[in-house]
Formats: sequence, structure tokens, C-alpha cells
Amino acid sequence: MNELPQQLVNGLLLGSMYGLVAIGYTMVYGIVQLINFAHGEIFMTGGFGALTVWLILPSGTSVLLALPLMLIGAILVATLIAVGAERFAYRPLRGGPRLAPLITAIGLSLALQQAVWAWYPGAKSARTFPEIPGGPFELGPVTIQTGDVFLLIAAPLSMAVLGYFVIKTRTGRGMQATAQDPDTAKLMGINTDRIIVVAFALGATFAAIGAVAYGLKYGEVQFRMGFLLGLKAFTAAVLGGIGNIYGAMIGGLTLGVAETMAAAYIAEVPGLEQLGGQSWANAWAFVLLILVLLFRPQGIMGERVADRA
Amino acid sequence: MRHRSLLILTAVLTTGALTLTACGSRDDSNNSSGSDGGTTTVVIGVDAPLTGDLSALGLGIKNSADLAAKQANAKKYVDGVTFEIQALDDQAQPSSGQQNASKFVADKKVLGTVGPLNSSVGESMQKVLADAKLVQVSPANTSPSLTQGQKWNEGTKERPFASYFRTATTDAVQGPFAAQYLFNDAKKKKVFVIDDKKTYGAGLAGTFKAEFTKLGGKVVGTEHIDPETKDFSSVATKVKSAGADVVYYGGEYPAAGPLSKQIKKAGAKIPLVGGDGIYSAEYIKLSGAEGVGDLATSVGAPIDTLPSAKEFVANYEKAGYKEPFEAYGGYSYDAAWSIIEAVKAVADANDGKLPDDARAKVAEAVGKVDFEGVTGKVSFDEYGDTTNKQLTVYEYKDGAWAAVKSGELTS
Repeated sequence: MNELPQQLVNGLLLGSMYGLVAIGYTMVYGIVQLINFAHGEIFMTGGFGALTVWLILPSGTSVLLALPLMLIGAILVATLIAVGAERFAYRPLRGGPRLAPLITAIGLSLALQQAVWAWYPGAKSARTFPEIPGGPFELGPVTIQTGDVFLLIAAPLSMAVLGYFVIKTRTGRGMQATAQDPDTAKLMGINTDRIIVVAFALGATFAAIGAVAYGLKYGEVQFRMGFLLGLKAFTAAVLGGIGNIYGAMIGGLTLGVAETMAAAYIAEVPGLEQLGGQSWANAWAFVLLILVLLFRPQGIMGERVADRA
Repeated sequence: MRHRSLLILTAVLTTGALTLTACGSRDDSNNSSGSDGGTTTVVIGVDAPLTGDLSALGLGIKNSADLAAKQANAKKYVDGVTFEIQALDDQAQPSSGQQNASKFVADKKVLGTVGPLNSSVGESMQKVLADAKLVQVSPANTSPSLTQGQKWNEGTKERPFASYFRTATTDAVQGPFAAQYLFNDAKKKKVFVIDDKKTYGAGLAGTFKAEFTKLGGKVVGTEHIDPETKDFSSVATKVKSAGADVVYYGGEYPAAGPLSKQIKKAGAKIPLVGGDGIYSAEYIKLSGAEGVGDLATSVGAPIDTLPSAKEFVANYEKAGYKEPFEAYGGYSYDAAWSIIEAVKAVADANDGKLPDDARAKVAEAVGKVDFEGVTGKVSFDEYGDTTNKQLTVYEYKDGAWAAVKSGELTS
């Protein structure tokens, strides 16, 4: 049986999730040149937000009915934490040395992880997440799970909405202006502080959608789920060209497909048997990153910009 | 303004940090409240993963060892000696385990250690403890090389550390036992073998594979996974197209649960079989409805068939621990108890007092213990392995593990 179509779909699904989380990295970086390393944990809190809504709802509620409410819960929690982080952890350090907010982000990431671990009931081990019943759907050689359907709809839809928002709305254009030159944007009457908050909130929203997709796909959420996924999403953002929202999604898809293909096929390449299999997928993902950055340091979709003084 | 918000932030973080450390120290003070004046305090160090993915198993080990100490104190089992437990968290990391071992060595009151859970952690602790002649009894390490040396597979068994013992049986027994059950009883002929590349997982998968092919079964595919990730879709797709009728996984439940679920969802409705690392209530939770029919082997007879085990279960419940005793509870109790027995033997031989070189004497005495424990007869062979080679196959049905077959490895 030819498993290539299935492996391709596996990769695309994994990649869309990377892409959803990568948007948050890329937006925040595009506007404040900050690598928000706590973004993976914001993704994680989104997952727990959705789980909390599910636990509050009377048992026996259909997952499909609960899903919109869970999404709202996830987005609310993630956005609140992201905006809070911006206000209390990053804003006071803005204008300071670049390293200070970066270290803060790493600290915040650990603090959020440990807080969920310590205070969320039952979070010391993985908590089960509701799954959509029914399925799987057989489309020719490809099997698609019900949980993946959500991701298949949510990822392109989110990209379309985000694209529209950035290009067509006043706030979106304000974001573009702030990204290009914050000082001039300020002189033109744009409230850059507000724009930065919006960037954090939007990033958190997409991370929350990604977290719900993660829960539905794998049937569990846990306090460490944001760490590795956040790292991958950051890689995806860099791969796609950090600062470019479409780049984030393309980077995510590239990374997801590359990882899955490496896991599936590297072992069959003569001489590389020892370096194949799922345990080497991460290594191959980073090999790809290095290769892309060697030939296109600005990433797939990124533009070469002069370093700002 | 900027300075004030910074101040607030620092204050908040400091408060948070202090609260967290306060939680930690409260735990400790609970543990040490048992000592009273006039008696010697003997500390039994416990090293296990108390946080992280494997904490369910680790906390079960800690609580069970604690129960043994409390029972010994309540019965005044060793005259003039009060036992205490000092539990350190190794987070399933070999480096943390080694640091913990050094801490135990530095504390003169520690006369024995129970743990760790992971074979890889055990490896890192062995030398540190052996140099100090501090006895270590692991309830869960199953890697054969820990007691029989690196060349155990080639027929030259050599015990590397005289202070290391374990109450768990090894992968050299467990893997082949699973292979025999699958081939002879369950009539499975084509297996897909997956492991997580850790000392435990790879060892188990290796011994399983050897026995399964020896019996005449076919290995239709092998894969190694990274247990840190949760996306096993590429592996699941491979399993499906390989046409296997059973999957053997060498590793632990945090990865095994999602792996089993994803394999079934990908369309391969075949059972996943693992070792004692997946024999946990957490596995039931993580694999969900898809995991029904999966099998696990675990060391010893089913705990509810032994009268001594029933007493342990009752006492454990009475003591009111928050976490269940999990797969290694009985073995941890027996491990701690073998140290208590050894301390008693050493004290009795020295007119009821502990000698100055108590550590070395206790290590020697553990090798000679012989008593009826929770898991059956507890005694150790010349390598420090348990003489109890009983194993049981469990099946996941009706939301719990149910014993299917219990026996010893037939070679």
C-alpha cells in the first residue's frame, strides 16, 4: 500500500498546528522585535482554558455543541494571559536592552508552566481532552480523523480572517505602520501601545485555536505541551520569514511535512538507516532550518531589511 | 513609573517563588515529624520522579516506602531506631538522580536508599552510592545490565556494584515472557516493534524481539520514537501499512497512551503490548476507548491474589495518601522493608546499637534478607536481583487492567 498521501496529510495537519502558533511569534516579533518565548505556554493555557469550559459544562453535553464555548474559553484565557504578560512583564522593559525582555520571556514561560502544574487540578499528569465522536473519514488512500477536521477548517479560515484584518481594517493598517517604523507611526497619530496589545492578543487567539485543535487531535492537554510545540512554532516562524504572517503558516506547513517525511522515509535511504524514524524527526527539522537559513537568511517569505539602529 | 512596575513585578515573582518553596518545605516537615528524642534516626532516601510525566509512578514509590517506614515505627520493629523517609525528585533525569545520590551520601543519617524508577537514572546513581557503600534497592529498574554487567547478553554475567539490589524482575525475563504469551497463547505471528531509545524501552524491545523471532514469529517493522512529542501519526501510518497483527512497545505510558490511540485511529485495530512501564492507571486514561484490548506485562503475581498484598492495600488506604500506589507500590514497600530488615540485623548483631560502619554492614545485610513481603518472598541472588521471577500479563478491559495470565518464564 502506498502510504505517501497519508504521510503528506499527517505532515500538513501537524504543520497547520505549528502555523497557528507561529503566527503569534511572527506578529509580536514583527512589531516589537521581541521573541516571546512564553508564547508556547500561552498556547498551553489556551488548552487548559478550553478544558475548564468543558469541565464546567454539564456532563453529557455534545462536544460539537460545546466546541464554540470551549473556543471562547480558550481564547479568553490565552488572550488575558498574553495581554497581562505584555502589560506587566514586557512593557516595563520596553526600550531597555534587548536581552532583558528575552530573559523575562523565558522566566515567564517557566512560571506559567509551573503555575499550571501546581494549581490546576489534576494537571500534574496529562488531562484528557474531549474528542469529537464519529469518523474516521476515508478519502481514497487517506484517512482523516474527526479531530483533524477542526484543524482543516480552522487553520485556513484563521489565515483568511487575519489577512483581511491586517490589510483592510484601520487597526490592521496601524499594525503594518508600527511594524515598519514605530516612531513615525506614533507621529502619525497611531497609538502604538494599543497596537502592541492587539498584536499580543491576536497571537494568543490563534495560539488558543491551535491549542483546541491540539486537544481534539491528541485527546489530552498537559502543562508541558507548549514547550516543544512552541519551539517548533518559533522555528516555523523563522523558516517562513519572521515578521511575515503568511510566512508563519507556510513555514509551519513546510516544517510539519518535512518532519513527517523524515520520520517516514529517511530510514529507507541506503546508509541513513540509523538516522531515520520518528525519534530523528526533530533533528531533520532543524537540518532543514539550517539549510534554508544558509541560502535565504531572511526565511522563505521574509524580506531583507536593514537592521534598525 | 517604569521603576514602580518593575518593583511590582519583582515582588509578585518573589512572592510566587516563596510560595512554591514553602509548598516544598511543608512536605519535608511532614516527613520528618516522626522522630522523637532518645532514639537513633535512620533515614531511608527515596529517589523517584515526583514531578513531570512519570510522577504518578514516582509518587506511588515514595508513598509506599513511607508506609513501610511508618509501619516499622508503629510496630517498634527495630528497638531504639526511628525510620524516616527523605524523598528527592529526579524528574526521570539521570543527572538529577546522580545529584540526589550525592545528597544521600552526604547525609550521615541515610543508611539506605529506595529507587529510582528509571533504569537510566539507576545507572547514573549506582557508582556514587557504591563508592559510599550506601545500599540502593530499586523497586522498578528492569535493565539487566544494572546487576549483571554490560555483557549479560553474551553470557558473561558480572555484578558491577555490590551495593545495588532490586525487587523488580529484569527485561531479560519480562520481554521474552511477553513474546511467549503473544506467540503461544494469543497466536500473534507478525509484530511491529517500537521503542523510545531509553535504557528501559530499548532493552525491553530488544529482549522481546529476540525471543519472538526465536519462537518463529515475524518482525514486520521497527520504529524508534521520541517520547517528548505527541505526534506519532507517521509511525501510526507505517504500522497500518506494515500489516502487523500486534504492536510491541518498549517504553512508558506518557508516550504509549497517545501512541496506542493514534495507531488505532489510523486504522490498525491491533493491540499494543508493553511492559510494566505502561501498566498504570494513567495509561487507561491516556489511551482512552481506543486502548481497550491492549496488554501489559508486569512483575510479580497480581497484587490482589496475595494475602500480604491485601494487608498492604488496606494499610495504604488507611494511611490516606493522596496518590494511588500504582505499579511499583508493593515493590517499593518491599524495597524499603528489606532495608529495615537489614538495619535490624545489623543492630541485633551489635548489641542493639548501630555500628560506625553501619552503611557497609547494612549493604551486606540486605543481600541476606529473606522475608515474606507484599509481592511474595523477598530475597536477592548473587547479582542483587530478586529471586521472585513471577510475571503477569494484564489486559485493559472495562476501564482497568485485568490479570490474564500469571507465571514464570519458561526457557
